[in-house]
Amino acid sequence: MRIELTVNGKRVAHDVEPRLSLVDFLRDELDLTGTHVGCEHGVCGACSVIVDGDAVRSCLMFAVQADGAEVTTIEGVGNGPGTLSALQDAFWETHALQCGYCTPGMIIAAESLLAQNDNPSDQDIREAIEGNLCRCTGYVQIVEAIALAARNIREARS
Amino acid sequence: MKSAPFEYVRPQNLHDVCQLLSDSAIDSRVIAGGQTLVPLMAMRLARPERLVDITHVDELADIVETEDTIRIGACVRQRSAERSPVIHQHLPLLSKALPNVGHQQTRNRGTIGGSICNADPTAEIVLTAVTLGATLNLQSINGPRSVCVTDFLVDAMETSIADNECLVSIDFPKTRTKNSGCGFVEVNARASDYAIVAAAVSLTLDERHEKCTHISACIGGASSVPVMTAETQNSLLGSELTDQEIEAAVSHAARQLTPMDDVHASGMYRKRVAAELLARAIREARDDCRSDRHAH
Ligand code: FES
Ligand code: FES
Repeated sequence: MRIELTVNGKRVAHDVEPRLSLVDFLRDELDLTGTHVGCEHGVCGACSVIVDGDAVRSCLMFAVQADGAEVTTIEGVGNGPGTLSALQDAFWETHALQCGYCTPGMIIAAESLLAQNDNPSDQDIREAIEGNLCRCTGYVQIVEAIALAARNIREARS
Repeated sequence: MKSAPFEYVRPQNLHDVCQLLSDSAIDSRVIAGGQTLVPLMAMRLARPERLVDITHVDELADIVETEDTIRIGACVRQRSAERSPVIHQHLPLLSKALPNVGHQQTRNRGTIGGSICNADPTAEIVLTAVTLGATLNLQSINGPRSVCVTDFLVDAMETSIADNECLVSIDFPKTRTKNSGCGFVEVNARASDYAIVAAAVSLTLDERHEKCTHISACIGGASSVPVMTAETQNSLLGSELTDQEIEAAVSHAARQLTPMDDVHASGMYRKRVAAELLARAIREARDDCRSDRHAH
């Protein structure tokens, strides 16, 4: 089936089999391998991407369901190659990643939180990432990173 | 974990949906948010031959307010319901329950209707629908049919929806009055997981906010479908809902339950925790109502 969508600001058109998941489409057809696949059945959150403004699990969507949608992946959150978004920079600053497997999903979940709330409480942050598993960090530095990014974004604005 | 091949169709109106579902030669499944169906397909526990995606049918996407109900279209996402001022105002119990449903990524896709059709015994939305006495409006090629949620739910993961029927909308009776309150409490293993046991309560007090004039108190996760605790409700009607009265009343509820054991908890644990959660939900609803007194 023919699908047309916008991924990280670029229009793409592809023929896909209906059973192709959105995450496999992004990774295998578009070579956007920044989005990770952990469990492939909606448990870990590693595959989170933003679809039409909201974070979703891309293993729980078929690519055909994203026809016409606007998708942002981890590759689309910075201002181009070699630059870091405020969140990516804060993750680096506070050591919020070890193996990095969960990181793209964590950042996507946090991007969607900060887009709606630029002054989140610790509770808000924990709720935003409650669907994302990390087997390394113990989460504390991830929460710190998101709070730091929010602060930096607010300061940059004022 | 990849789904088996299937055919995908995306009808634009309800008539076409019903037409597609009426073809019994092919095993069709309706997909809306897909947050339960897609993992089942990935694990090959479901292998429909055809998916009928109903999310492009405009008439299924609305939240409509009538004089005494809020009608939620079959494709309304859990996240949209969570953010809806109309639901916040008229269905405060649903507003309280929704943040407990999955997490942001699944609520952004999952629908209210999909959760009810999936009929998981621990699902918060199913529990809320039973507590509030929701009605489901279904449509097939033979015409419309409306069914009360308690008749719709047959058993765990089983409903009375026919293969050729599509859910169109769910009617929730409006509950917010100046004398009403609600409570929702659950225990789970992790914040975003399904509840192990959950309790939901919607009640009304008299004008002076002293005596209980109506109460709907329901437990999910301790039986195959959520149960109304009739004895508890009867013993609290007309009472002042003191902590002691509530404590005594919830012991009836525990006797009514014969919960199952599973990997998450034993039946015995569920029974004990159900009574305690029900007491907390009733107190929360009572305090919610009394604290509202000056707000209106
Ligand atoms: S890969 Fe999608 S949730 Fe784990
Ligand atoms: S950094 Fe390794 S899983 Fe999170």
